[in-house]
Amino acid sequence: MSGQLKEVRLRIQSVTSTQQITKAMKMVSAAKLRRAQDAILQMRPYAQKLQEMLSNIVSGLSDDMNMDLAAERPAERILIIPITSDRGTCGAYNTNVIKAARHLIAQKYAAQHAAGKVTILPIGKKGYEYFVKHEYKVVADFWSLFSDLAFENVRNVAVYAQQAFLNGEYDKVELVYSQFRNAATQVFVSEQYLPIPKVEKAEDDTKQNDFLFEPSKESLIAELMPKILNTQVFKAVLDAHASEHGARMTAMDKATENANELLRNLKISYNRARQAAITTELTEIVSGAAALQG
Amino acid sequence: MILEVLTPERKIYSGEVYGIQLPGVEGLFEILENHAPMVAALGEGKMKIIIDKNSNNSEVYHINGGFVETSNNKTSVVLESAEPVEGK
Repeated sequence: MSGQLKEVRLRIQSVTSTQQITKAMKMVSAAKLRRAQDAILQMRPYAQKLQEMLSNIVSGLSDDMNMDLAAERPAERILIIPITSDRGTCGAYNTNVIKAARHLIAQKYAAQHAAGKVTILPIGKKGYEYFVKHEYKVVADFWSLFSDLAFENVRNVAVYAQQAFLNGEYDKVELVYSQFRNAATQVFVSEQYLPIPKVEKAEDDTKQNDFLFEPSKESLIAELMPKILNTQVFKAVLDAHASEHGARMTAMDKATENANELLRNLKISYNRARQAAITTELTEIVSGAAALQG
Repeated sequence: MILEVLTPERKIYSGEVYGIQLPGVEGLFEILENHAPMVAALGEGKMKIIIDKNSNNSEVYHINGGFVETSNNKTSVVLESAEPVEGK
C-alpha cells in the first residue's frame, strides 16, 4: 500500500515542477509580448508617414509611373517567405504558418511547384527545419533573423528579395506570416510582396499639389519604393514576433491550467491511498489486540 | 513649427522647434517656420534639431538618408537610422 502512496507523491512533485516551468514561461512571454507590441506601435507611424509621402508624390504625377519593381511577369519562378519562430512551445503557431505556406503553394502555385520552381526563404528556425526536411528548395541565408531583430538585419532580406526580383530570378515574391491581433488571436495571412500591387491614386485631386520636390518626383519615387518595401518586411517580422509570444503565452497558460487539474486529481488519489493505508493499519492493530485478549 | 522625427524602431523627436538642418541629396538646407510645402530626399550627414535658437538648445544626429516632408508648419522626417552625436 505504501508503495502506491510514494508513487503518487513523486507524480505530484513532478507535475508541480513542470507547472512552475510553464508558469515562468508564461510570464516571460507576457513581458516579451509587451515589448514586441511596443515595437509594432513604434513602427506604425513610420510606415504610415512613408505611405503618405508616396501618395502625396503620386497624386502630383500626371501619368502612371513605370517601375521595375512593379513589373508584372508571367509567374514562373516563385519565392515564398514564411515567417516562423525559432522555438517551439507555442502551441500550433508554427504548424499554422507552415500550413498556410503549403496551402498557398497548393492553391496558387501547384504547377510551378511540380516543376520545381518554387523556392522557400524561411525566417525562423522551425520553418527552416521543416522545409529542409521536406526537401523544398530553400534559401538558407536568413533563417536565424530572430537572434538579432534589428531593422538593418531585416532589411537584408528585403534587399535580397528585391534584387532577385529585378534580376529575374523570381517572378513573384509572397510573404506568409501571422498578423498580430491580440494575445489569443493570430491571423495567418499571405500577401504579395513583389511585384508591387498598384499604388492607388488619392481620389480627391483637390489635395494641394503645390509641393516642392527635391530632387525630381521620379527619383523620389525610385528612392521611396525600396524604403517602403523594406518597411513592409520589417512590419511582417514584427507582427510574427508579437504573434509568437502571444501564442506562447496562451499555450503556457493552458498548460498551467492543465497541470492544476492534474494536481487536483492526483491529490484526491493520494489522500484516498493514505486513508486506505491508515484504515488497514488500524484494522490490523485492533484485530491483533482482539486476538491477544481472546 | 512642429517637428516629428521617425525611425522604424522609435520616435526620436516630437514637438515644437525653431528649425531643423538637414543634409539633402543636393546639399545642406534648413527648414524654418512657414516653409513652403516640400518633399525632399536626404543623404548621409548630420541632422541638427534646433529646439531654441536663443539658448542654443539643439540635438545633433548622424543619419544615413531618409525623407522629409513639410507643409503647414508641420515637418516630418522619416529615417532608417539615426545615431546621436555627442559634443556637437
